[in-house]
Amino acid sequence: MVDPIKVYPAKPAKVYFYGTCLVDMFYPDAGIAGVELLEREGIEVLFPQNQTCCGQPAYTSGYHDEARSVARAQLDLFPGDWPIVVPSGSCGGMMRKHYPDLFRDTPEAAKASDVAGRVWELTDFLLNVCHIKLEDLGEPTTVAMHTSCSARREMGVAEVGPKLLGQLKNVNLVEQVRPEECCGFGGTFAVRHPEISGAMVSEKVDALVDTGTRQFVTTDCGCLMNIAGYAEKNQKPVEGQHILSFLWARTRNKGGQPS
Amino acid sequence: MSSRDTILQRLRDRAGGELTVPECDFSVLERDDWSTAERIERFEKMIESVHGEVHHCTGDSWIERLAELLASRGARNLLIPRAHEIGQSLRNAGRNDLPELLIYDEPIESWRPHLFNEVDASITSTRGGIAETGSLILWPTDDEPRLMSLVPPVHIALLKASELYTTFHEAMKAQEWSAGMPTNALLVSGPSKTADIEQTLAYGVHGPKELIVLIIE
Amino acid sequence: MSETAGHTDHHIDVKQFHPRAQAAIHNPKIRKNFRSAMDGLMSKRKAAFEGWDLETLRELGANVRLRALANLPDLLEQLEKKLTENGIKVHWAVDGDEACRIVRDICKARDARTVIKGKSMVSEEMELNHYLQEQGIEALESDLGEYIVQLAGETPSHIIMPAIHKNTGEISELMHEKTGTDLSHDVEYLTASARQQLREKFMSADVGVSGVNFAVAETGTLCLVENEGNGRMTTTVPPCHIAVTGIEKVVPTMEDVSALLALLTRSATGQHITTYFNMISGPRKADELDGPEEVHLVLVDNGRSSIYQDDELLDTLRCIRCGACMNHCPVYTRVGGHAYGTTYPGPIGKILMPHLIGLDEGRHLPSASSLCGACGEVCPVKIPIPDLLVRLRQESVDGDKLHPARVNGHGAKRSPMEAMVWKGWAWMHASPGLYRFGTGAATKLRALQPSSAGAWTNYRTAPKLAAKTLHQRMKERSQ
Repeated sequence: MVDPIKVYPAKPAKVYFYGTCLVDMFYPDAGIAGVELLEREGIEVLFPQNQTCCGQPAYTSGYHDEARSVARAQLDLFPGDWPIVVPSGSCGGMMRKHYPDLFRDTPEAAKASDVAGRVWELTDFLLNVCHIKLEDLGEPTTVAMHTSCSARREMGVAEVGPKLLGQLKNVNLVEQVRPEECCGFGGTFAVRHPEISGAMVSEKVDALVDTGTRQFVTTDCGCLMNIAGYAEKNQKPVEGQHILSFLWARTRNKGGQPS
Repeated sequence: MSSRDTILQRLRDRAGGELTVPECDFSVLERDDWSTAERIERFEKMIESVHGEVHHCTGDSWIERLAELLASRGARNLLIPRAHEIGQSLRNAGRNDLPELLIYDEPIESWRPHLFNEVDASITSTRGGIAETGSLILWPTDDEPRLMSLVPPVHIALLKASELYTTFHEAMKAQEWSAGMPTNALLVSGPSKTADIEQTLAYGVHGPKELIVLIIE
Repeated sequence: MSETAGHTDHHIDVKQFHPRAQAAIHNPKIRKNFRSAMDGLMSKRKAAFEGWDLETLRELGANVRLRALANLPDLLEQLEKKLTENGIKVHWAVDGDEACRIVRDICKARDARTVIKGKSMVSEEMELNHYLQEQGIEALESDLGEYIVQLAGETPSHIIMPAIHKNTGEISELMHEKTGTDLSHDVEYLTASARQQLREKFMSADVGVSGVNFAVAETGTLCLVENEGNGRMTTTVPPCHIAVTGIEKVVPTMEDVSALLALLTRSATGQHITTYFNMISGPRKADELDGPEEVHLVLVDNGRSSIYQDDELLDTLRCIRCGACMNHCPVYTRVGGHAYGTTYPGPIGKILMPHLIGLDEGRHLPSASSLCGACGEVCPVKIPIPDLLVRLRQESVDGDKLHPARVNGHGAKRSPMEAMVWKGWAWMHASPGLYRFGTGAATKLRALQPSSAGAWTNYRTAPKLAAKTLHQRMKERSQ
């Protein structure tokens, strides 16, 4: 099994935006930021109102029948031949990598493969399909980045976040120790094995704090919820936001018309 | 049914059916043709990085170097091959600066405690070396039995520079190992070592504490 | 299961994973020992592969293993034929108990009282030491790490570095107490003391027992990777050598070995090669002056032929036991090897042990992972460990009617309550209207959100519901 080589499409006129349930309920600002960034690149954003969840929580818990029934409801949301962008490596990975397995031997197999092949993690899409050029309008600052494990290993976008942040001339990106180590979220893992997850997130927060910066950005809201939630509860001096929120806040023209 | 037949039948009647056999392309193991000098350089670098010692000698000078090395360690004796030219040369060297020369010419059962407790050093030939990993190829024989290179605290090996291969893959192909192997063959890459106590390296845990390679150029 | 029949009262209860993990997490010494050891191993591995086309090499490693597995029964027969020609006696064992009995019978036939052992994970799987002891045969470990672990009456906490959970001070005290060495932190002194004690044992042992890293069918050769020389001693000094190995360890040719060896030692300890690579193809010949008179190979199935039946689970058998998956595992690093309570800890243990002990016994193993994928990323033979963990999670709750479960003890973790929760979850998320209504209502009522949410809020604040969902905001935007 060789992982398929990523072939980026030409910049399209439209995309489907798959918001994910965590962004939907807890971090809609990150979703809006993503939409704004896409629109500024001249892309029309289609948001299917019938989207719910990619099915991953049930899938990774072993409840594949339930995951399939939820995922099946997502397959019909993207009738046009446009790319599907997702502000999450985790949900993106579920759709791109695991949908074909989940629908193996089912009547929806072909449709699932078609959807999977069109799924892109949003920052990857902005950098490598839109070839976005960011103009930094913010004050000088430092930031650390946590790339989620699924963004890094399933979607292969570990280089993307740092490259985007590197375009911001007033932003100094600092690297924590063991940047590739998991923050301990892991979906239901965090509640099934709370002590282990807690030990992992405490070391991740320490690593971020040790960089000296007071803020971090991440590709995934699961990690964000975990890391920022731990820092808040334990009064550690670091706050987080989704990388899309950060990029949009740094580059939007607050005074007048969007640039 | 015997356990053998039970196991083989379960494997043959595999529920998932026949498996596809993938192609194996070994070219990733091949290296551009290194020159002899490059191979020697790499071999030396690698074996020194694992605490091995290398001395460059010629067919005429190695015995003198050997005598110095043994004297500096205060070796009382040296176990040598009986028939191999290494042993012949040492016996015929007529030098008085070599320690007592011992020959492994009896079955181990008759002198085990002596070998384990009284022999200070040994010298063996090699069937070549591997530059990439800094390894010696040893095929013990009745003339150079297995324990000769293992039990004494100092093992000295003679390696002809012309017999240095670039990779293990190349060596086994060139020496046609697939045609048949001896009862015991070995790659030796440095002295015996362990890191089992808190990852701290210690040498000579069971085998030799020192490995000295005399490269004959 | 017949495989578990030999697991007597001394056996650790695998189901007690949680309390052991919790204890380890709150033990600063364990945390520090593993963290620093794993950090070192990760950076050494990285350095060892510098200059290599690692992805192509891993691809070759995977293909070499898959090719061997595709021809497994034929290769085993070829191996048996060749070894027999070479004078090595081949035995077959369906499970650990049978393998133990075979070893015992060989010992009894020689009237053997003492066995010296080289490192062998399969013998740990068989619980051979314990068994031999019950039979009145002394079995002494000679790998320094295994020796330390045996002195302590423990089991290995890592498949390559068995005593990694102990620091020098602890080992010094242990050796002082059990063998009378000085209370010294000088590793060289401690090592030299062990050398002295074990040399006596090597000289007097009746039988040597070792593992096998690769068994080569073409030439009938047993390959053994080691650094200490105890493997050489074990297989050379005693008059009888018994090698024990899993049936999956056979490969067709020495060329296959060259690929796997390049991957194994670099992945395991970051070494370009180990100090010794032993290739044993027969007992002592008439004109030879040392080496064992008898050499035996015990081929152990112990659940492997069951794993072999399934196309997906089969990948588990590619493993070459390098331990890189545990070295890179954030869970293993936090809890250490003993928390698992299994012969093989860490990611490989989580996908292998359920087959050996059943999913009822090993029910906590597949879930104890954040599915971060670090293990799969470093596996030298590209075992998709995270995918196999998900498969075993599905098996443990019988969660897929389309692809029914196969592993022994499947469904052991399914609870009616949890199944109902997931059914309800699926019902809501498969109905867009219901989902929008539910999430919309939740955000409206967010003031009522509880600040405590079970295990999550032991360590973190509860996530805060937004004032409006993305659905609502996107709808407003389009109006």
